[in-house]
Amino acid sequence: MRRYFGRKLLIYGLTFFVAVTVNWMIPRFMPGDPVASMVARANVSQPAAVEAMRAYYTSLFGLDQPLITQYLNFWGALFRGDFGISIWLFPTPVSAVIGGAVPYTLALIVPSVLLSWVVGNRFGAYAARRKLLDNTVLPVGYILTAMPYMWLAVLLAWALGVIAGLFPVAGGYSFSMRPTWSWAFLLDLLHHWTLPFLSLFLVALGGWAIGMRNMIIYELESDYSAYLSALGAPARLIRRYAFRNAVLPQITGLALQLGVLVAGALVTEIVFAYPGLGSLILKAIQNKDFFLLQGTFLFIVLGVLIANFIIDIVYVVVDPRTRAGMAGAQA
Amino acid sequence: MSLQVSELRVHYRTLRGDVRALDGMSFELKDGEILGLVGESGCGKSTLGKSLIRMDGRMRHVGGRVVLDGRELPISDDRAMNEVRFKEVSLIPQYAMSALNPTRKIRKMVGELLRSRGAEPDTAELERRMDQVGLPREVLDRYPIELSGGMKQRMVMVISTLLDPSLLIADEVTSALDVSTQKAVARALLGFRESGYVRSMIFVTHDIALTHHIADTIMVMYAGRLAEKAPADVIVKAPRHPYTKLLLDALPEVGVRYAERRLEGIAGSPPSLLNPPAGCRFRDRCPVAGDECAEDPPVVALAPDHHVACWKA
Repeated sequence: MRRYFGRKLLIYGLTFFVAVTVNWMIPRFMPGDPVASMVARANVSQPAAVEAMRAYYTSLFGLDQPLITQYLNFWGALFRGDFGISIWLFPTPVSAVIGGAVPYTLALIVPSVLLSWVVGNRFGAYAARRKLLDNTVLPVGYILTAMPYMWLAVLLAWALGVIAGLFPVAGGYSFSMRPTWSWAFLLDLLHHWTLPFLSLFLVALGGWAIGMRNMIIYELESDYSAYLSALGAPARLIRRYAFRNAVLPQITGLALQLGVLVAGALVTEIVFAYPGLGSLILKAIQNKDFFLLQGTFLFIVLGVLIANFIIDIVYVVVDPRTRAGMAGAQA
Repeated sequence: MSLQVSELRVHYRTLRGDVRALDGMSFELKDGEILGLVGESGCGKSTLGKSLIRMDGRMRHVGGRVVLDGRELPISDDRAMNEVRFKEVSLIPQYAMSALNPTRKIRKMVGELLRSRGAEPDTAELERRMDQVGLPREVLDRYPIELSGGMKQRMVMVISTLLDPSLLIADEVTSALDVSTQKAVARALLGFRESGYVRSMIFVTHDIALTHHIADTIMVMYAGRLAEKAPADVIVKAPRHPYTKLLLDALPEVGVRYAERRLEGIAGSPPSLLNPPAGCRFRDRCPVAGDECAEDPPVVALAPDHHVACWKA
């Protein structure tokens, strides 16, 4: 057991290292000069002043140092929890900018991923045993899962937001409100949260339902199900066993899908101008804000790694076969 | 009389038509009798075993009756059969190695299965039966993956007989085992009958040599029909049906070297059961076939316990 988790932690550590390095590299090798754009934004016309500003900003962000020093400094700062200063929202520190966006993204991703997984699995297992549902609702699942997140988001925004006028189509809360801990504000948050949540939830739901339906059919045909039926066990018991076994590959699927789901959430945020990490990434790219971009990427990488690690632990708890493999099988 | 099967017909529905896997089988099984059911692949022996407990989705009960202990079994009604399963008729399946739910500890699985059938799990009795087949008690607190193939096989044997069924169907239980384990399994099955865990048993196999050791009676099937049924010794020493004779000749004998003489098989292959030819189905491969074989041979009793379906017997 300890060796297993030791090995897992090592793999996650390596992944983290590579991700951080790539993360550091990408903005630096991207075309465009962030300092030039900052200077340009200042609208100074005197060449001497431009030169002075350029020198000031370059040394401020440490861009005058050799690349290897920048890289080492980056790691050093990382461990101090210092992600640098945002160029776009100068002089706010990146950690503060991200800290403001993370709750929105988490509030969107965590419920949509978990709920779609739970509901999708239940529904798929149910549909596997009803011909009618199987033939009517599941094709809808195929359409849903084949849909790009942002496209469904646009459809929902258009239908429920623009046409029906039920939900706002943009923002995390109304412009007329200030963030406070009041009921009115929380309701407003929920109101703005519904559409982005729904688009993420629906797309993922179809995929899980289809996967579960196929797994249940497979498990109900398996030998242990046949044996139980031959001994007259009620269908309820057999279905319960089948569900328990069919859910294992779905857990693996969840681990594999996490990265895709997060990416989908980011794009959906952009569609709804939702103030989470996705919108932040877009802004960072538009403004050549290296540090903000690195910070958000880092957060996403960390989030996906942690979620995968949790799933690894859950898998060990629910599948006895992985435990047997760790302890060395007994004869 | 424990079990009476009369004129049982079970077909497999396929796109090309009905495959007549069982085409009018009639036989009887006495209380406490172990019947060895032999025949080559596709002769319908597994179909017969399945028909008595649970038909799969492709099987159709076309005709005939099955009466167990004076009560007709509703073999074509999956729901009505549930009441009989496990309690009256039980099964040790061909796939015993994978018959246990991989994600449940065995004690829990057995408990849930018993309670679902309205029986209280009796740990003392369960452990006594495990002792009898030589299974250590800690097996109960393991997952199936932690057991060896032979242990899983014995565990399934114990589970299947927990409710003391009247009839036990053992479907190819020794096929996947090595010889020493086969012996242990055969001995355990005999022990089950002695201890009264099962009353009578149908032992489906293609291994005549092993059957001879545990069965009281051997029934040979060919192409969905009964060929010969007689006490085990009679089948082995004085078979009357040409098919039984050829089947026995095809077996290697211990201590005989086959350097000079090639071991003979039975030439040809069984007829397709999709559209079986009229008359005796063994006719094409039979060395003694004559003109009368163009008609179906009736099952006749040569002796009180010796039934043969052959014009030449």
